[in-house]
Amino acid sequence: MDTLGWLDILGRIAVQLLPVWVALVAVFAISITFKRRLGLYGKLFDSNVGMVGFALVMFWVFAAVFADWIITHDPLAQISGMRNATPGSPLRDPDGRYEYFLLGGDALARDVFSRMVMGAREVLRIAPFAAMISFMIGITLGLPAGYIGGRFDTGLTFVANLVLAFPVILLFFLLVAPEIQETAIPRVMAGVLFIVPVIFFTVLLNARFFTQPAKRNLYVGGVLLVGLWAYSGLAFNADPLGVWGMSPNLLNVFVAVVFVNSPTVFRIVRGITLDIKTRDYVAAAQTRGEGPWYIMLWEILPNARGPLIVDFCLRIGYTTILLGTLGFFGLGVAPESPDWGSTINQGRRLLTIYPHAALAPALALMSLVLGLNLLADGLREESLKD
Amino acid sequence: MLLFLIRRTGVMIVTALCLTFVVFYLTNLPAKLETLAKTQAGTRISDAEVVTWLDRNGYGQPMLVRYGEWLGVMPGWTREVSDEVMDGRCYRAYDLREPGSAPTRCGLFQGYWGESTRFRATVAEVIPTRLGATGLLMMWALIVMVPMALVVGVAAGMREGSRTDRSLSTFAIASTATPEYVSGVVFIALLASSTAGLSPLLAQWGWIDGPVLFQGNARSALEKITFWNFTLPVLTIALYGMGYIARITRASMTEVMTQQYIRTARLKGVSFANIVLRHALRNALIAPFTVIMLQIPWLLTGVVIVEVLFSYPGFGWTLFEAAVNNDIELLLAASVVAVIVVLLTQLISDIGYVYLNPRIRVT
Repeated sequence: MDTLGWLDILGRIAVQLLPVWVALVAVFAISITFKRRLGLYGKLFDSNVGMVGFALVMFWVFAAVFADWIITHDPLAQISGMRNATPGSPLRDPDGRYEYFLLGGDALARDVFSRMVMGAREVLRIAPFAAMISFMIGITLGLPAGYIGGRFDTGLTFVANLVLAFPVILLFFLLVAPEIQETAIPRVMAGVLFIVPVIFFTVLLNARFFTQPAKRNLYVGGVLLVGLWAYSGLAFNADPLGVWGMSPNLLNVFVAVVFVNSPTVFRIVRGITLDIKTRDYVAAAQTRGEGPWYIMLWEILPNARGPLIVDFCLRIGYTTILLGTLGFFGLGVAPESPDWGSTINQGRRLLTIYPHAALAPALALMSLVLGLNLLADGLREESLKD
Repeated sequence: MLLFLIRRTGVMIVTALCLTFVVFYLTNLPAKLETLAKTQAGTRISDAEVVTWLDRNGYGQPMLVRYGEWLGVMPGWTREVSDEVMDGRCYRAYDLREPGSAPTRCGLFQGYWGESTRFRATVAEVIPTRLGATGLLMMWALIVMVPMALVVGVAAGMREGSRTDRSLSTFAIASTATPEYVSGVVFIALLASSTAGLSPLLAQWGWIDGPVLFQGNARSALEKITFWNFTLPVLTIALYGMGYIARITRASMTEVMTQQYIRTARLKGVSFANIVLRHALRNALIAPFTVIMLQIPWLLTGVVIVEVLFSYPGFGWTLFEAAVNNDIELLLAASVVAVIVVLLTQLISDIGYVYLNPRIRVT
């Protein structure tokens, strides 16, 4: 069989991605039909930039979801004769497998296309959750720092500046290493960082419903049950049912990324809180005699949502870049992992001769981050229109 | 002003002490020391031998004591080899053997930065040359990045919502979405690969002499910087940082363009070019100035990636090598340098902001 031309390759990739196209069309059709009833999300479809960004992000989300159907080969399987194969090379002996390596083979004779698609799954499994936990930590600490101020604020700001003065790359080199995984440091850090979301939701619901004890007990009890269950599994790998769990590798990466991101979120939330706490509705709530946590979480936070949602999108993108950086230096990832950063790292050794192995994940990573940035830009534009 | 400077310097010193202690703690974990012993004395040594190696080389003491030794506030460790020969931190520092000939304390405060186990030289020899190499790279990156970012930002911001604005803003967003390891890979594939991109075409047409247009390896730039070996690393660093500065400039420019005095100037009949250059530009450049200063420490990550990718032995490459080999004292020195750069640029940006914007006062 002959090597495929570029048009053939693109056509075949498009066919492989069929589930993604179907899902994308469905999401866009539904969203555009009902866009007037969908609030800020619906308004996104009024802006071209926002729509392009949303499409790019959802493309990778669906690629990650349907990865098992899309891939043409096992991303870890090495197929003889396909070492550094150029894009579109036919398999020497297909034997019932897909006949071509659509985007070529890497230095270990694995299919670049399948690894790229599977890499989306690796990235999207970590980045949004790391960004989410960073946000909860930033909000839980930033709101009181801005609202209460004083010593508490000075202390927290100093710590945040301390972490921010640390060059990210140095922190990664020090914190994400096999030797560190053997110590208690990642567990202790995870123990401190992961408890914050549980505290956040407990305080959030308690502040709202403490006047109705029956409802409060139900909600807070539910949050504590699920939260502590997940917490025991994620932070200490001690989940009695074995549903929640993270490998030491993943935990180390996760903790490092959250640790780097939270101080920035803290500063943003603190700044917004300082601005919003002078508003009249906060004064009205204070006059009504609402507690400080109610004011922070149910008066200030909802009014700060615009900039926070925008920053959340940007932060997922930034987290993706950070994960890529970690992979690029071979830090904290399983050796065979198909994540984009480490694939680029493996591909860069033969970059000048066989660029395709590094180029595919590089462009994939760029398009995902670009999508998130465009989405953030669209959201910012639309939320400013009100 | 003086009080402000004194207070800032105090905070800087406390921050630097905290950060170096964290680095010290993380590099001196038992597991890391064991790795160090194995890389220095052979990979197959037994656990007992590891312990003796660590004891003989002064790693046996408590961590706080050794941090004090490194700072130079605690007396350095000593060990009597025989009656005439002494070994110890300060004996090694100055290459002495006679008992009692070395000073008791030798550390940062005495000007002794320690020994690099990776490069087998004193840290004081390694760091300055590498910093010089990185300084050149950073200088060129800034020379490319800052004017480009300002031009893009001003051009986009002077007419908000126009087609120029839309395309330039999208370009700026795309550049912030392209981390160095992506743009570096794309540049090498496009311009420095003998099998793909532009180079084979150009070589075929006979436009270039060698097999590639630009070089994907910048090691030769250490001896002589040429356009062909330095363009790609510089461009790679400049591209990622550029988008952010351009966006800040654009935001600042659009804000300035809605001000009353701009409207007055327009109504007076001043030409648009004059309005932009003489009335808007100066006020629009205040915000980007602080961002540019704060961007410098942020470029450090990029510098490490680019120097590793293009194998340019500068500060970032050294940091990478030190981290991989757990070269404790080199890593500590590198982090001191990095932290000083971060804190100094913060200070400069704060002071510069006050000078550029007379409405803000230092309190």
